[in-house]
Amino acid sequence: MSVLSTIIQREFLAKVKNKSFIVMTFLSPLLFVAIMGVVAFVASIKGDQKQIAIHDASGIFEKEFESDKQTKFYYFKNEPLEVLKDSVQSEFYDGLLYIPVEDDLNKVAEKVQYISNDSPNLDFVLDLEDIIAEKITKENYLKNGIDTKAIDSLKVNVSAKLSKSTGEDGLKGINEIKTFIGFGFGYLIMMFIIIYGNMVMRSVIEEKTNRIIEIIISSVKPFQLMMGKIIGTSFAGLLQFLVWVILGGVLYGVLGAMLGTTSTAEQMMQQPEAMEAASKFNFEIVKQYIEELNIVSLVLYFLVYFIGGYFLYCSFYAAIGAAVDNETDSQQFLLPIMLPLILGIYIGFATVINDPHGTIATVFSIVPLTSPIVMLMRIPFGVPWWQIALSIVLLYGFFIFVVWVAAKIYRVGILMYGKKPTWGELLKWMKY
Amino acid sequence: MSSYILEAKNIVKNYGSYRALNNVSLQVPKGSIYGLLGPNGAGKTSLIRIINQITMPDSGQVILDGEPLQPKHVQYIGYMPEERGLYKTMKVGEQALYLAQLKGMDKAEAKKQLHYWFERLNIEGWWDKKIQELSKGMAQKVQFVVTVLHQPKLLIFDEPFSGFDPVNANLIKDEILALKEKGASIIFSTHRMESVEELCDHIALIHLSNKVLEGNLLDIKRSFKSNTFEVGIETNQAEALKQLLITQNYVVQEADFKTIHNDYKLLVQLQQHTANDLLQLLIANGQVTHFLEKIPSANDIFIQTVSKKS
Repeated sequence: MSVLSTIIQREFLAKVKNKSFIVMTFLSPLLFVAIMGVVAFVASIKGDQKQIAIHDASGIFEKEFESDKQTKFYYFKNEPLEVLKDSVQSEFYDGLLYIPVEDDLNKVAEKVQYISNDSPNLDFVLDLEDIIAEKITKENYLKNGIDTKAIDSLKVNVSAKLSKSTGEDGLKGINEIKTFIGFGFGYLIMMFIIIYGNMVMRSVIEEKTNRIIEIIISSVKPFQLMMGKIIGTSFAGLLQFLVWVILGGVLYGVLGAMLGTTSTAEQMMQQPEAMEAASKFNFEIVKQYIEELNIVSLVLYFLVYFIGGYFLYCSFYAAIGAAVDNETDSQQFLLPIMLPLILGIYIGFATVINDPHGTIATVFSIVPLTSPIVMLMRIPFGVPWWQIALSIVLLYGFFIFVVWVAAKIYRVGILMYGKKPTWGELLKWMKY
Repeated sequence: MSSYILEAKNIVKNYGSYRALNNVSLQVPKGSIYGLLGPNGAGKTSLIRIINQITMPDSGQVILDGEPLQPKHVQYIGYMPEERGLYKTMKVGEQALYLAQLKGMDKAEAKKQLHYWFERLNIEGWWDKKIQELSKGMAQKVQFVVTVLHQPKLLIFDEPFSGFDPVNANLIKDEILALKEKGASIIFSTHRMESVEELCDHIALIHLSNKVLEGNLLDIKRSFKSNTFEVGIETNQAEALKQLLITQNYVVQEADFKTIHNDYKLLVQLQQHTANDLLQLLIANGQVTHFLEKIPSANDIFIQTVSKKS
């Protein structure tokens, strides 16, 4: 067995056997699902039914307000306004909608009032306004002799069929799916780099503070140790991710079965069309989507950028770990590394969504430090092959350069104790 | 076959503008215990790191057992650095196996050797213990085992006894001597002279990045001795004896060293005479109670050389 694989094995086992690693591996999906569950639960709790009084002396709007689970309307024609106001104040009603009597209905629109003790939910007020506006509009149509039924029947719904200039049919919602996949991949790379890059750094610092480092590098080259560490940690990371995905999936399924299915089934009973649509959701359509998304090539690109980006950043993390004596000292050096990662994500959200082929998105998808994130977000939208080729060549070229630089810093740094180096000193180390 | 296990030829090493080693050459004879001496910061550790291929020299060459130093040689060298350490959370056995494998050892063979050493040092029960559960002295035993496990031809100990308690230090000393018996060559880097005196047969002295002295310890002592004798004599004509010695061209100095007698104490340095001449003269003038040649200790040589150069 080669020395490198011996190191990879140890690093992998050291991570995997670590208690906090095990706890995190199994606890994280639980926590995640628990949080999702809490959010879903809170969202599903319906507030108390609101009691709303409506004062409409004209009686025009009598049939327009329909009570439902959230709101119960009480309609008053003749009660004095003051009495209703008092009962709002004494919290008998949650709110009072006052619709004044005017000769000109358009003036009513301007004078409607909503009275309540606390500031009302904006959506709720908008709903009330819509109801009144619709009624007034209808009345206006009638007044001018326009047949509202005819208007309704003349309304048209447009649903454009999407297709490409090459003649292929487009699929509905495909862009949303593309965005989702691209951002998922980009985000995954960032998370992976931050979590496991830090792990690599801590492990380098550990060897330094344990003082075992000198014994190890009297047996193997520092470069071998660094690469073994990065690869071993990434295997541990992949394993952890796999457990997360599987466990998270299972838990999500279980939780979904416990909370969700009854309501979906209910909905389906009420909506026969949905049932029909669900039965139509067959393999053919899935296949069509997979083909359109080019899942296989997407995954390949993901791997290429993932490996390039991960090793690039991990080399930085390893070099920083070698340069400092403890984690506190590492912050100063970590900032410049975090910046391009965060920048990548922001560029992605700010520009790729709106304009995947604009100048900013294009430039940052080619620059090595951001390309693993930004390019992966762009690829689902179709990127010219030369841009992909250029960014991959640059990424891997830069990756080799960074590994070389990091190995130099690492080689010198691991034997330097007692003081936090400056940037200048790091530069000097490269000449040793 | 070379008669040297290690030869360093004109090693130069710079760190930036600082020259850590300036044209240092060494010859470590096979089967010797070789003391690499020097004050702190002299360049000992730099040299040891070059021998261990942790860093490369800027110029110069290292020859190990007749071959220019190359990566495969790591398995022939066992190194215990001054800054010692092991993985705190890793089990003793696993850790030792891992480090042995990094030295190119086969796992099964490493296991066998490990059992041998654990038994020898009476630490069989530690296999599944973690380093953090062991005391410092216990950890040092493990450290020693890790250093010698792969049966290296050349052992390098940087300040081997620092941090060891006397019992363990003695144990390790005996083990080092046993390894020498089995044919290993040993380099000691230290500034603790009593261990040099006790163990080393060859020494080199490095000072301010230069080698200032090298050779067989006894030869060096001979070359450093000043033909001075401590003399204790019971006589009632002390002053006359002193004058007599001076007229006979001895360099005489009254001295104070411990004897159990109430004798007259002198330091006498020979010029053209032999020790026998001096003895005869003394015997004729009183009762000789003490007669001892002053041999310079390694410590004397060290201090003398270092203070002369700086």
